Amino acid sequence: MDDSLRELYQDVILDHSKHPRHFGKLEHATHSGQGHNPLCGDRVTVMLIVDKDDRIADVKFEGKGCAISQASASLMTDTIVGRTVAEAEKLMGGFLNLVKGEEVEGLDEDDRERLDVMAGVGAFPMRVKCATLAWHTMKSALEGGDPAKSE
Amino acid sequence: MTAQSKIASAFDPVAARADFPILSKQIYGKPLVYLDNGASAQKPRQVLDAMRDFASNEYANVHRGVHYLSGKATDAYEAARRKVQKFLHAGHEDEIVFTKGGTEAINLVAYAWAMPRIQPGDEIVLSVMEHHSNIVPWHFLRERCGAVLKWVDVRDDGSLDIEALDAAIGPKTKLVAVTHVSNVLGTTTPLKEIAARAHAKGVPVLADGCQGAVHEIVDVQGLDVDFYVLTGHKLYGPTGIGALYAKKAHLKVMRPFNGGGEMIREVTREMVTYADPPARFEAGTPPIIESVGLAAALDYMNSFDRVAVHAHERDLLAYAREGVRQFNWLRVIGDAPGKAAILSFEADGMHAHDLATILDREGVAVRAGHHCAQPLMERFGVASTTRASFALYNTRQEVDVMLAALAKARKILG
Repeated sequence: MDDSLRELYQDVILDHSKHPRHFGKLEHATHSGQGHNPLCGDRVTVMLIVDKDDRIADVKFEGKGCAISQASASLMTDTIVGRTVAEAEKLMGGFLNLVKGEEVEGLDEDDRERLDVMAGVGAFPMRVKCATLAWHTMKSALEGGDPAKSE
Repeated sequence: MTAQSKIASAFDPVAARADFPILSKQIYGKPLVYLDNGASAQKPRQVLDAMRDFASNEYANVHRGVHYLSGKATDAYEAARRKVQKFLHAGHEDEIVFTKGGTEAINLVAYAWAMPRIQPGDEIVLSVMEHHSNIVPWHFLRERCGAVLKWVDVRDDGSLDIEALDAAIGPKTKLVAVTHVSNVLGTTTPLKEIAARAHAKGVPVLADGCQGAVHEIVDVQGLDVDFYVLTGHKLYGPTGIGALYAKKAHLKVMRPFNGGGEMIREVTREMVTYADPPARFEAGTPPIIESVGLAAALDYMNSFDRVAVHAHERDLLAYAREGVRQFNWLRVIGDAPGKAAILSFEADGMHAHDLATILDREGVAVRAGHHCAQPLMERFGVASTTRASFALYNTRQEVDVMLAALAKARKILG
């Protein structure tokens, strides 16, 4: 099989997409945002509870999409829960570097290892937007701004 | 002689493939299997050569100069108009307006014909399988003039319910706007019947023929539609050119669309008078080289027995339709009788974009997404579909490659 396909659709990704973590509605969310990829019609809602220390106490997502977008959202929620808002945004910066095949900045070794399963997206430029949708949506939820588009 | 061998003797797709330089490309080391023809068709060298030859030897602006080349270019541009007229079996060349594509042609009708005739509450009747280009211009009329959009559903097999359409046409209906062939389902609509029903109530019909002109032989006089829209790039021609056919009586009363050069009779400081159709609707320098390319594309299509070409395309559809039956995880959307060679499907637990990515790595180009037909996606309860759309140069062997790639996708995505 094509190695880049194997890399893209590795077991961890498929497992996250078929059994997404933190999937569902979050009661008492303090922040919530909606993301939309107009190219494929995929939609995602990210809901967060940010406590008084600016820490993400809980996060959930809902939505429909391809394996890449679902796995990415699942992985993101797993990664950012318990982190501060500033840390989550730093993680996002590193994640974007990773999936665009750029030099990765701002990820420590553990986070890098955890998110590295998404690095295969770098070989599929047409699919980068799928991987970044949940992250852009998380950011827009935290900023309370307009619905996110994964540009 | 069997039906199959008759088709083979009348049209040879393998020989035609040699006309298309891009078809010998390798994609990720695999032979290209191009099944995204509904989005845009590839170009034969006859089209590419005609455009290059014209630009190399006879090019200038049209209608403006008195010099030799301007005359040559004008002749070529007007000859292309007559080619489109003949292709659509229109009664007169002045009933053909060149546009930059199908989208502009529909927007032209919406702005120049429909908008001045719409009072708040007036209705436009549409089918749910329209492409966004035959929806959004009518939404403009809803937003700007208070028009009401009345939607006609399709049956579960994707066929249009003519009785439902007839029932939707009421005393306030100003236009029926309907596709000839659905870009997602492949459904061919009974345009002649639609026009007869609408005309019985005094309502004109616009047909979006962007797919229809490819997969059907179009006779606008026989169909008796009021407006028929086509685009060049799906007809093996260049991008940047399309055409509107409109009955003379409609063109005569349509207000200008874009203002500029070539569409005027006289301009003074105080006033302007307008040229007769079709020039009235062709402001600015038109797509001249593209018109030559479009004419060459129509010549190319007419160099074959088109009935045999269509039979070949439908044979591919039937072969692919039969082939996907082996996949119990795959659901075909659109099985209307007599449909054109477009196959859309949804796969259990597999998103269209994941499928299309895996097919792509096998060299198979298909479309995945909502196909600019979101109301139709909603009708069938799907966010997106995967679509294989066939052209004259596709073969059964390519369908086999697609089927094998689908099986592989299933293995990977499970």
